[in-house]
Amino acid sequence: MNLTLKVWRQKNANSEGNFQDYKVAGVSEDMSFLEMFDVLNERLINEGDSPVAFDHDCREGICGMCSMYINGEPHGPNKGVTTCQLHMRSFKDGDTITVEPWRAQAFPIVKDLAVNRSAFDRIISAGGYVSVNTGNAQDANALPIGKDHADEAFAAAACIGCGACVAACKNASAMLFTSAKISQLALLPQGQAERTMRAEKMVAQMDTEGFGACTNTGACEAECPKGISLENIARMNREYYGAVLSSK
Amino acid sequence: MSWVTKTLTSSLGRKLIMAVTGLSLIAFLVVHCAINACIFLNDGGHTFNEAAEFMAHNLFIRISEVGLMAGLLIHIVDGLMLWKSNNEKRPVKYAVVKGEANSTWYSRSMGLLGSLLLIFLVVHLRHFWVVSRFTDVISGGQKTLFQEMVEVFANPIPVVLYVVGCLSLAYHLLHGFQSAFQTMGWNHPKYTPFVKCLGAGFSILIPLIFAAMPIAMHLGWIK
Repeated sequence: MNLTLKVWRQKNANSEGNFQDYKVAGVSEDMSFLEMFDVLNERLINEGDSPVAFDHDCREGICGMCSMYINGEPHGPNKGVTTCQLHMRSFKDGDTITVEPWRAQAFPIVKDLAVNRSAFDRIISAGGYVSVNTGNAQDANALPIGKDHADEAFAAAACIGCGACVAACKNASAMLFTSAKISQLALLPQGQAERTMRAEKMVAQMDTEGFGACTNTGACEAECPKGISLENIARMNREYYGAVLSSK
Repeated sequence: MSWVTKTLTSSLGRKLIMAVTGLSLIAFLVVHCAINACIFLNDGGHTFNEAAEFMAHNLFIRISEVGLMAGLLIHIVDGLMLWKSNNEKRPVKYAVVKGEANSTWYSRSMGLLGSLLLIFLVVHLRHFWVVSRFTDVISGGQKTLFQEMVEVFANPIPVVLYVVGCLSLAYHLLHGFQSAFQTMGWNHPKYTPFVKCLGAGFSILIPLIFAAMPIAMHLGWIK
């Protein structure tokens, strides 16, 4: 199939960017979206042009690196997948596809389609960890954890930190990400030691990084490649209100 | 900064303010709608005037009115502040946004719907609240509140404005009702479907009853 790509090109964080049109011919429907970009980039390199910069790593939907905003949706039109798992059969011959970087004040553009998502790392550093005593690891079954809690914690922990929630949200809010990280630890006994401090510090860091507030539109949940539920945001709200009322 | 200020000015705290004031405004709508629905008894406004008279002179109601006005102002100011600050969080906008793929248009348009409601409210308060509280037209016995309604809704322009106001209210509530519960952390597989259902019913029923009032009066069904 033959496609026209409208790709956002921007030299660095401080320069002005603009859209550039590229014709890509002979695209196989079995290619992933990233492989289609590889084809384009090979051509650009051969022609002496600068290739389009984009983030990618595992290319099997688990690392959370790929981050393209395709035709008005993060990770493109399909639900529950990352850009690397989006295949060209989801498009038609002759389509024009607009590809933009994640747009958020807290995610400055590094180059072209690659953005700096270290704001997420700083939210995690603020409280997304548990205390572990030194010494031998204790017996795996020493801490009883209910199956329902384990499942809920696992569902929250499925967040790969790709930032699609921020990209989809009209307020560029990071509440789905932060709430998933708070939830996965709040639900488990290992997370109880820092529970109060965690909610307060992670929310404060989220605000400091310049993410927006939540309007509960549900766009984040709908676009999340890992199906992280809005229930996590409600849990984060409970954790936060409880924390500010009880912390010393 | 004290912990209270810090909490209430955080992104979560500001949403909590929206939720709490929003729910108190929802509670007010129930009372307002119930009293105004007395006009449907079609008794020349007799029952409605009596209820309005009670509301105007009951001490508890008058004190609550101050709280209501404060809640309304806080909801408006906090909403505008949130809208402004949220808007700044994406300085460079997307060229293509496929919002309908992931959310409802009214959940993304709460600021617009709220602004339409504000315009409606200014006119609505001028029509009835200002006349009954700050002039002696009603208290001096020149007219009853019911007669004032009949006069206002004889003109088709306020009728259209009120219907548009009710439509904005319906969509504002359709998102706002269940959203307030989510913001307060009340999301549970047992109760959330009920809250969503109740919210949808409330958002349709209350504005429908309100919209029926100017229409029925304009068409002369209620005299």
